[in-house]
Amino acid sequence: MTDTPVLSVRDLVVEIPTRHGVLRPVDTVSYDIHAGEILGVVGESGAGKSMAGNAVIGLLDRPARIVSGEVLLSGQPIHNLKGDAIRRLRGKKMGMIFQDPLTSLNPLLTVGDQLTETILEHLSVGQTEARKRAIAALEEVGIPAAAQRINSYPHEFSGGMRQRVVIALALCAEPDLVIADEPTTALDVSIQAQIVALLKRLCRDRGVAVMLVTHDMGVIAEAADRVAVMYAGRLAELGPVREVLTNAHHPYTAGLMASTPLASQGRKRLRQIPGSMPRLGALPSGCAFHPRCEFAQEKCRAEPGPTLDRCDGRAACWFPLTDERKVSA
Amino acid sequence: MLAYIIRRVTQSILVLFVVGLVAFSMFRFVGDPIDNMLGQERTQADVERLREQLGLDQPFVVQYWRFLEQAIQGNLGLSYRQGRPVSDILIERLPATLELAVVSGLMALVGGIGLGIFTAIWRRGVSANAIMTLSLVGVSLPTFLIGILLIYLFSVELGWLPSFGRGEVTDLGWWTTGFLTESGLKALILPAITLGLYQMTLIMRLVRTEMLEVLRMDYIRFARARGIRERAINFRHALKNTLVPVITITGLQLGSIIAFAIITETVFQWPGVGLLFINAIQFVDIPVMAAYLMLISVLFVGINLIVDMLYFVIDPRLRADRTQGGH
Amino acid sequence: MTDAAESRTPAPENRARRVWNSDFIWSFRHAPVAIISFVVVLVLVLAAVLAPLIAPHDPFDPGTLNLMNGFTAPGEPNAFTGDQFLLGTDDQGRDVFSTILYGMRISLFVGFAAVMLAMVIGVTLGLLAGYLGGWFETIIMRVADVQLTFPAILVAMLIFGIAKGITPPEYRDEMAIWVLILAIGLSDWVQFARVVRGATLVEKSKEYVQAARLIGRTPFSIMLRHILPNVLNPVLVIATISLALAIIAEATLSFLGVGAPPTKPSLGTLIRIGQEFMFSGEWWILFFPALALLALALSINLLGDWLRDALNPRLR
Repeated sequence: MTDTPVLSVRDLVVEIPTRHGVLRPVDTVSYDIHAGEILGVVGESGAGKSMAGNAVIGLLDRPARIVSGEVLLSGQPIHNLKGDAIRRLRGKKMGMIFQDPLTSLNPLLTVGDQLTETILEHLSVGQTEARKRAIAALEEVGIPAAAQRINSYPHEFSGGMRQRVVIALALCAEPDLVIADEPTTALDVSIQAQIVALLKRLCRDRGVAVMLVTHDMGVIAEAADRVAVMYAGRLAELGPVREVLTNAHHPYTAGLMASTPLASQGRKRLRQIPGSMPRLGALPSGCAFHPRCEFAQEKCRAEPGPTLDRCDGRAACWFPLTDERKVSA
Repeated sequence: MLAYIIRRVTQSILVLFVVGLVAFSMFRFVGDPIDNMLGQERTQADVERLREQLGLDQPFVVQYWRFLEQAIQGNLGLSYRQGRPVSDILIERLPATLELAVVSGLMALVGGIGLGIFTAIWRRGVSANAIMTLSLVGVSLPTFLIGILLIYLFSVELGWLPSFGRGEVTDLGWWTTGFLTESGLKALILPAITLGLYQMTLIMRLVRTEMLEVLRMDYIRFARARGIRERAINFRHALKNTLVPVITITGLQLGSIIAFAIITETVFQWPGVGLLFINAIQFVDIPVMAAYLMLISVLFVGINLIVDMLYFVIDPRLRADRTQGGH
Repeated sequence: MTDAAESRTPAPENRARRVWNSDFIWSFRHAPVAIISFVVVLVLVLAAVLAPLIAPHDPFDPGTLNLMNGFTAPGEPNAFTGDQFLLGTDDQGRDVFSTILYGMRISLFVGFAAVMLAMVIGVTLGLLAGYLGGWFETIIMRVADVQLTFPAILVAMLIFGIAKGITPPEYRDEMAIWVLILAIGLSDWVQFARVVRGATLVEKSKEYVQAARLIGRTPFSIMLRHILPNVLNPVLVIATISLALAIIAEATLSFLGVGAPPTKPSLGTLIRIGQEFMFSGEWWILFFPALALLALALSINLLGDWLRDALNPRLR
């Protein structure tokens, strides 16, 4: 039985025309997410991971636009939908969580108002029923005394509680896909773990597919089933989390892992990848990573961008790392 | 919150005292205070009585206090030019200004907010851009020029509307109104447009900027991500947040309508307190100038205070105790 | 952030080229509104500055005036003297074109001078308030707050009225221009002071100021040499906008009769004079000065508007 992935991104390309030329924040990116699965999308700031999420949900800011590729939601193409057609899918079929819970909530409307309006929009229920569901949603994300707190304003909640409210809002219309764009970055470290656990539990329970976008490897390790590593708008590596984290094929991923402090590593000095990710307007020829790669060869510079399917299917690299050439951990 | 109210009220009273000081200084030191109060027809006995009343040999502060006392009781001296009590003159002319101010204020508010919302939501349309360009003109043109232009078009060329004066007015006790006669209403149109146009363009551009700013906010994005309809986003989410800062500025603008009325009244020879003030400056009629100053400041300070209090009603964030992190 | 591996060989660019290609100039070159208004302003300013050279007549020299020339229509020869005037003459026989040129001169002069005054007062007080703090700062800021409760034009009118009251009547006409500058300047200092004070507070806590203190420089020299250059940026933006407002304020005050007198009229005064003749058919006495003011006000405002947007860091 074919298990249609909830989200299927195929060779997605997003372009932004600027004064200095056309930029490609998302360049031929492909991944699938199945129901109940959490795909972590990781990369540095500016790597294009958020942009891809925005493209999927159809909220690209002008002048950015999808120029080629496909986005399929449960098998249906949605990348071409405009206006009301895509609006109806938002909230109902796919939800999104943004980074800063303080700015994500309208300060002049109560939490209950914002919940009920979402529920009423997508589910055919009446006012009272919607309110009941709103309270239930708050309870599910762990807000105590939900029946009273529902009339509170966003500023009356603490940061962690606010993010829970945001999650409740994203899930209340029962979407199949949730895109979480840096959901923990704006939170205290102590709260982060709670939010990640909450997200994981809720999505597993409901069978929701999750795209978890973050730059924090720790979050990925904790929550994701599979991980996609992005670099300069391109997909560098894609595979099961365990695999990729302990046994990276792409030199960039390996470098990331080596520079991430892990408790198991003891007191070794952290290795840094020399240089920094190039700006979109000044991409190197060939593989975007080659100037910083200690294993770079002539082909890496000369031949246009390696992609997953043209290489070993797991990493976009002409010379993926095998055991002998592993960077010493 | 109580502390804030007290602070604001104290501030307002301070402003009033300072203005009172300026008015008093004008009264006392520019021109002769006895002349200011008594005019030409006076007896020696009057002069003596007043001298004692004003305490002209008393220390500055005492004189100042006495001056304020008199002012609050409504004794603002006699106009040089007209020889009548200033308070009488003010009361006579106030209705004209107030009617004009209210009508143009309403026009500016309704038109400004409406157009502002329109140009924000349909910002890429042709009409929106046309309106924006015209609005630039509205803001750049000096008020008096607009008035003259309107007079030229509608009075000289077309002859539809009168070019000066208030038309026929009806007496209602101590108030005179132009609303009840046809000529009164006709006379009101051009001055109201002149006075209100600048305010309207200002409000319109403000509302537009604010709304565009609000529409860029994360919570609007999040609402869109939840599939809320554009209509609800514009009018339920964005509008509320837009109007909050707009209200302060609008309130303050309404104060300046009264000041700008001076210009409009001069162009149209509208018999209000503004024209009175200008004439007072031309003839160096100190008592009238000082009285107008005090009247205006009471109005301004009052409006500012009310607007500030309005904020509390509208923005729930401010109602919370200020020590709780607030914004 | 280092550039990519393939570096562009840095060509020896000269400064002019770089300025021409800078963001600021680039957006100017691509904004037709800005270019047009800039050109208009330039033309008007030049015309005003060169007035004595360009004007066909000196409208204020009584010797050259011929009352019989009064009320001549533009371009038509006068019934009595046969003289022709480009834009006609007013009731006194003055050439309207010349009066406009000289009038603009006064308008621009007052505008500039007033903004200069406001800037000097505002920047000085702002610097002192920010740097010295204490009761000095409190007083200045309180005064600023009080003044800000009222629209600037009202303050200007008041100052003009008081100054007029103090001046003996014979000198009033002569002093009018200076009083006008004083009035508009004094009504406008507050925004400069506020901005400079804010910026001074920010700079005060920076290390280079503390270093200068340690070396033992006097507060005065610190303020002048170190802090001032760093707070000037926002001041310039405000100054440009203030200029537009000052010119309009001057026109308004003169129109109302509390500004430039008819003996030395600015554009506002000319319009006031012209209004009298609006109904009797000598439309040109009003029309051309009004047109000149319109062009000046509009283009300065458009230019200032564009400038404000271009210099606004938030919109980039």
